[in-house]
Parts: sequence; structure tokens; C-alpha cells
Amino acid sequence: MDILSLTIGRIADMVRKREISCLEICERFLDAVKERDGEINCYLHVNDKILEEAKASDSRLAGGGSPRALEGVPVAVKDNICVRQMPATCASRMLENFVPPYDATVIERLRDQGALILGKTNMDEFAFGSSTESSAFFTTRNPFDITRVPGGSSGGSAAAVGARLCMGALGSDTGGSIRQPAAFCGIVGFKPSYGVVSRYGLIAFASSLDQIGPMTRDVMDSCIIMNVISGRDSRDSTCLDYDPPDYTRFLREDLKGIRIGVPVEYFPSGIEDSVREKVQDAIRAAESLGAEVEEISLPHTGYGIAVYYIVATAEASSNLARFDGVKYGYRTPSHENLLEMYMNTRGEGFGREVKRRIMMGTYVLSSGYYDAYYRKAEKVRSLIRKDFEEAFRKVDVIFTPATPEVPFRIGEKKADPLKMYLSDIFTANVNLAGLPAITLPVGYSGKLPVGLQVIAPFLREDMLFKSASAIENHFRHTS
Amino acid sequence: MDVFHFEVIQLLIKKQVGMMENYELVIGLEVHVELSTESKLFCGCSTRFGAEPNTQVCPVCSGMPGTLPVLNKKAVESAVKAASALGCGVEEVSIFARKNYFYPDLPKNYQISQYERPIASDGFLMLDGRKIRIKRVHMEEDAGKLIHSAGESGPSYVDLNRSGIPLIEIVTEPDLKSSSEAETFLNNLKRILEYLEISDCNMEEGSLRCDANISVRPRGESRLGVKTEIKNMNSFKAVRKAIDYEAARQVSILSKNGRISQETRLWNESIQVTEGMRSKEEAHDYRYFPDPDLMPVYVTGQMCREITESIGELPLERKERFVREYGLSEYDASSLTSRKKVADYYEKVVSGKINPKAAANWIMGDLMALLKEHKTEIDSSPVLPGYMAELLSFTEDGRITGTTAKDVLSECFATGICPGDIVREKNLLQINDQDLITGTIREVLENNGKAVADYRNGREQAVGFLVGQIMRKTGGKANPAIVRDTLLKALKEM
Ligand SMILES: [Zn+2]
Repeated sequence: MDILSLTIGRIADMVRKREISCLEICERFLDAVKERDGEINCYLHVNDKILEEAKASDSRLAGGGSPRALEGVPVAVKDNICVRQMPATCASRMLENFVPPYDATVIERLRDQGALILGKTNMDEFAFGSSTESSAFFTTRNPFDITRVPGGSSGGSAAAVGARLCMGALGSDTGGSIRQPAAFCGIVGFKPSYGVVSRYGLIAFASSLDQIGPMTRDVMDSCIIMNVISGRDSRDSTCLDYDPPDYTRFLREDLKGIRIGVPVEYFPSGIEDSVREKVQDAIRAAESLGAEVEEISLPHTGYGIAVYYIVATAEASSNLARFDGVKYGYRTPSHENLLEMYMNTRGEGFGREVKRRIMMGTYVLSSGYYDAYYRKAEKVRSLIRKDFEEAFRKVDVIFTPATPEVPFRIGEKKADPLKMYLSDIFTANVNLAGLPAITLPVGYSGKLPVGLQVIAPFLREDMLFKSASAIENHFRHTS
Repeated sequence: MDVFHFEVIQLLIKKQVGMMENYELVIGLEVHVELSTESKLFCGCSTRFGAEPNTQVCPVCSGMPGTLPVLNKKAVESAVKAASALGCGVEEVSIFARKNYFYPDLPKNYQISQYERPIASDGFLMLDGRKIRIKRVHMEEDAGKLIHSAGESGPSYVDLNRSGIPLIEIVTEPDLKSSSEAETFLNNLKRILEYLEISDCNMEEGSLRCDANISVRPRGESRLGVKTEIKNMNSFKAVRKAIDYEAARQVSILSKNGRISQETRLWNESIQVTEGMRSKEEAHDYRYFPDPDLMPVYVTGQMCREITESIGELPLERKERFVREYGLSEYDASSLTSRKKVADYYEKVVSGKINPKAAANWIMGDLMALLKEHKTEIDSSPVLPGYMAELLSFTEDGRITGTTAKDVLSECFATGICPGDIVREKNLLQINDQDLITGTIREVLENNGKAVADYRNGREQAVGFLVGQIMRKTGGKANPAIVRDTLLKALKEM
């Protein structure tokens, strides 16, 4: 048995029974990272104290401490989530030297449950991208084919889970940044309902869309991590005052009584054939498991990407204003006055895509354009939300492809931002509506994984995990 | 100073008679008030003034990436208090927005403020029987402070202790007509806010700041002139002077058929002029949008009623009651009620059945002088209201003289010992004994033959001198009325 192949659920069980020590687990993963990360490039920073921390966990257990939910589990964390005393660069030159003095709420909660932070993972700079190519440091590779991208922006976390270089990871999802790379790397990626997981300590991209979520081997692991990280937080006003359920108890093997909606707008002509086939296979499998499948329509789907890029860039332009060379992070060596200091710092510290989005966001908020862009986008956003509300009167969950294509080649879309933006076409609307959604692998196109997306109504994570676990179970036994 | 400034100053001097007469002044104020909450608007940091730089900061108010604001409910209560005291309608839902601009004292490079939906609007403040309309009251966070080193090229430092302190901005309609009206408005506003106990309103410490929008127009003209915005005034007096200067400047331009340009000008206290901003600041586009990190602020009707009911009497009402209830003059009532602490002190004193007029005189006179001399606030005066009442009851029933009372007050202020004990220990009770006084008078008359002779020669001043001698002999304790009567009688009989 190789420790690397185990799920969190399994390993937690072994730790509980004292069949394995925390140190053994961490040593194995650390070795694997040393061995294979040179090729995949998941990690921006590896925690060199993790073995000491594992030893401390073991002696805690030896001293009679009862094992916690994530005892000794090595977890990777996307580099836009603050971990005390580890760099949080957002894969940007701008924050290359920034070490936050505090833990994000999710990190506090992981640690409270015994998880160990293995390292910080690569991403698109400030989470702006769908391929992890816009990282200022290096490009992460897809573990299924190293000539291809792992997706993004949480590409480092996805590849680390896919390549078994951690047991599970945290990502952040603003328009699909957990789900799309999860689909590309053949793992499970979950974006919770907006407000279920605290954003405190997540370096904001677009505050009204961002959610932290788990990236794991299977649906059960996703639930285990959700049990730990979810729930109210007095430090985040947008975090819901809500008692999260025990997510693990929703897992099941059939889909009896569940109504599944399949929106026509999510199967456009441009979608790759292999993706369409695999997703349709999954829908047929759902029927065989007892679900009722119904074709539905989400008529405003087509406006999603446009609305998303207005709202997200507007918020980002303001969120990223604080990176100015005054307080922390990069400061230009060459400046004669304050204005030059600002301009050179930001000109030199940010990459092309970041600058592009800051300019777009600044434009749509400018006086004279605000009504035409930002205000209108907010209106269309509520139409998109209504589409989902209407649909969920008829069905319990919605099935769609996670992405319109399988992982593309490194460099293939880098020069064409518009093409890159369309990678979020099936995921972004979910963020605009604040809904929970999960992607999970449902087969392969050649050697490349294909992902299914399951979308549920707001706070109906129960429905979502029920459906996802039954589908996962089906493919586990047929493949 | 250039020729133009000289002209303006000439105009200022001749203001009463000259060309200013032909113009009318239109003023609107924007007043920023720091709320005296324990903690900042969006984090738990202390708001204490005067701490070492950057000792009252945390990841939130220093704009660390990943941090989020959480609204301080106390600040909302204070804002609602101010708004309802100013007769504003309080909104059930108001929204925080981001005001985006770059400046090193603003750690996030946006200020969390309110824009399209402020917490309250449409109120007024009475000024000599006239309503000055309040356009809006909104909440926002304060910025930090820059500390520049002396030389032109030295570094500048940022102190973030002030960053995130809650402010309310009170914006008036352009209803004020003169600099002195503006000053009175500010004084009245300050009184109200002090009464509400929501701000220290200390202009020197920056807890109250004021910008003024000023324009002039020919008398009788109904259209408004082009306005300028004046900033950087650090006292009420500076506000008055800056408005006067700016009005004279505008009039002197218009009277030469010049044009006023709409701009922001800074009051330069050291040379007493307003100056255009030297660096040509590009027009700001603040790109306001609702802050996605904060939920809308909800103030329910119930909450608003409770807060409004918790507001006690305001200065104007209290002044009127003092006139009615205590028979004080407008002037005395107004002085006593200008500060809540003083009015509270006064009412505690007179609750001990003390003559209200005498109490007013003693508090506004001797006690205030002592407080001022020792830089003490009335609410920490060693002369407790009960002590003051005791002292006044001693003078009222004639047990001690006014002169003695002054000494006892000083003693009480210095030692904190109650007046009764001081009077007993020092044996200061007033001498009303006719025989004792007559005896002392006889003695003094015998020893001051020259003064007696002067009196006989019609020099009335001699009486004062003799009274003084008698009082000195009795250690100031003799009843002055009895002394005077007896003395005059004795002189006539001689
Ligand atoms: Zn703070």
C-alpha cells in the first residue's frame, strides 16, 4: 500500500487506529514532492517545518490526545490564502517578499483539526486566469500530460492533488478557479454557496464572487474538509450566520427521487465532442441510478461571461489598489516622486494580465461609464440569478460540463485573452448567482480527464453531495 | 505677498463700507466629526488620541491583503443619534461604498464611505431662529496621517493610528450668509454633538474638521456664483477668517470683471490667505461602488426610536428651561448650557435648594477661573457639586462672608476638603455679633484719626478705607452690611 494513493477519509481512519504515524505520512509526501515537483511545478513554497509539526502531532497522540478530523493530513494551500510565516505571493512579483502576520480563518480551522500545511501552491497571478500560465514564477504542468496546462487559477492545488503531492488542497473560486482546474486534473473541486466559508485571509480578487473550497481525490474528502472549514466567522461580514450540516452524511449510492436539469445552453456547438459524450454518459448513468432527467433552459446564460468580467474586474481594480509599494510587497527602486513611485511599482510589480484587468475594472467604474457597464452588469446578474431560481423550481440539481474542452496545450491560448476567458463559460454564472457547485471526473478523452459539473440551489449542499457521490460511486465501479 | 493679496486685504479692512456691501455671500459647510467610540469603525483597534505612531494598528486598518472590515455597531448608533438630533430622516437601509483614490495615508487606497445611500438626510439646525438645512449625514472611515521630514527631499512617514477611526460627515445646504454665521453654526453643532456624547469635537486634535464651499453674488441676484472649496482650517476662528478672506478675494476678482475658477483652495494659517493647490491635481474620479465586503446597514424603525428616545435635552431646549425654571438671564443660561458637563454640574448644585442666580455667578466666575488656571475639566473638579452647594448655603444664610467664601473655594479646590470642615477648622464663621463689631469699630476709629477727619471734610472714600480696616481686624469674617451700617452711624454720632 502506498500512502500517496490514500484518501483523507482512509488515512484519518488509519491515524485513529494508530496504524500509521503523522511523521510517516508527511515524510512520504515530502519525498514525493522532492521527487516529482521538479516536473509538475505545483509548489511555490514547501513548508520545511512540516516534519517537526508531524512529530508534535505524534507526541500529542502518544500523550493521550484524541485524534482530530485531519490529524497529520498534509494539505496544500493556494498561494492567495494567508498562512502565518509562509509567503503569500499570489504568484506575483508584487508580493514576492510578503509574509502575512496572520492565518486565514480556514487555516486556523485546518490546524485546529490537526491538518499540516505542506506548502503554498502556484496559481495564475492574483487568480486572474484559467491556465496557471500567468504566474510570475513558473507554469504548472498537468499531471496527466505535462505539455498541457492544469487549468487555473488554482492550477497548483489541482495538479498537487492530481499528482498525489498532497492529500487535499484549498483553492479559491471566483469564476471557476477551483472547478475548472479540478476537471483538468481529474479530481473533485467544490465551490461552496457564497458565505458558507469565511474569506478572511483570502487575498481578494472579486469579493462578491470569491469562495474558498476544497480540492480533493473524492467527494468524501471534500465533505471532510468542508466540515472543518465552513461556518460563521465574526471577521467576515459576508460569511453567513449559519450552522453548516455534517456534509459527510449526505453521501449515497443512488439517485432515486432526484430531478436533474440539463440546460440546453450548456451544450453549445463549440463544445468538444469528447466532453459532450462523457458528460452525456454521466447523465445517462444518473438516470440508471434512479434520477429523473429533464432538459431545462437558463436563457441569460450567454451574458454570463460579459457580466462576470465587468463585476470581477471592477472589484479587482479596487481590491488590488492597496499594492502600491508603500506598506509591503514590491517597491520600485527608481522614482523621483510619489506618482512615479506608484506608477513604476505597479508597472513593474504586476504582470500583463493583472494590468489588463485593473484597467478594465477601472474603466467600467469610471464616471460616465458606471451606469452603462457596472450598474447594468449588476442588473443582468440578477437576471442570471433568477434563471437559476426558476430552474430550481422544477429540478433539484443541474448537470453541465465543467469545461468546454479538455486541458489545452501550454502556450495555446496565452496570446488570446478572449479565448482564455471562455474557459470559464460553464462555471462563472454559478459565482454570479452565489450557488454551490462541484466538478468531478466522469471519464477520459484519451488520457485526459473530463469533468462533470453539478450545481445546486443556494445552501443545498446536501443535494449537491448526494448527486455527486452517487455519480462518483457509479464511475468508480465501472471504470 | 503679491499685489493681489494686498488688494484683497485692503478690501477686508474696508469691508464694512466698501464694495463688499454690493455682494452677498453664500456658504455651505462640510463638517467631519470623529466619533469617540472605543474602537475603530471596522476593526478592534483603540481610537485613543496621541499614542506613539503605529501602535494602534492591526492587519485590518493597515490594509493587509486578505483582511476584511467588520462594522462597529456603536458607530452606527452614534451616527443615528447625530442624525436624529439634527432632524434628519434616518434610512432603514444605507450602503457603504468604496471611494477609490491613491494616497499613502490611505492603506487600501480606497476609503470606505457612503455615497449613493447615506445613513441619513434632510435635516436642519436652528440658527437664531432660522433653519440651516442639513443635506446629508454619512459615515466613513478616517485616513492615517503623513509626517513629513523637515527638508524638501527627506522621507515622509505614515502613521496609521487614525486610519479607520469612525467619522460622520455632515453636509449643509448653502444656507449660511456670513463668516460669523458659519462660526455660530459650528459652535451650535459642536454643542449638540457634545451633548450627545458622541465626539470630543476638538478641532486642534482634528476630531472636528470643516471644509467650506464659498461663492459670492451681486445682491439681488438669484443665481449662485462659482464656488470654491476651502480646506485646511484648524479652528473656528480660522474658518471665519478664511471665509472673510475668500469672499473678499472673489469680490475683488468679480469687481474687476474677472472670473472665479471652481477649485479647491487651502487656508494658509501663517500668512492668513487662501491659496490654490500648488500641484495641479487632476480632477478626481473616485469610482464609487458598493463595498462588496460589507452588508447593507439596517436601522430598523424600532432601533431608531430607541436611539432617538435615549437622546436627552439638547442645548437649546436646556437653555430655555434654565431661563424658565431658574429665572436666569438668557446670557447666563446660554453660558451654562453651552457645555453639557457645566450644565450638569450646575443642576447638581442648585438641586440643593441654592439660589440659582448665585450658583450661576459662582460657577461661571470663581469656579471657572480656578478650573482654567489648573487646566481641569469641570467633571473632574475637586470642588464637587455637593461642596459647591454647601459653600453657597454658607454664604446665603450669612454664616460666612463673600470674601471668606472665595478663600474657602480655593482651599477646597486645592485640598478637596469639604467647605464645612474648612470653615469649622479655620473658625471662619461670619461675625454678626453687634457688640463685637461695635467694639472693633470704636478701636479702628480711635486709631485712624486722619481718616475720620477726612470723612468730616466730605471725603466719602474714607468710609471704604475704614471698612477695610475693620474687615482686616476681623479676619474678613465680619458681616459687611452690619459693619457699614454701624460705622456710618458711629461716624454721624461723633
Ligand atoms: Zn485595526
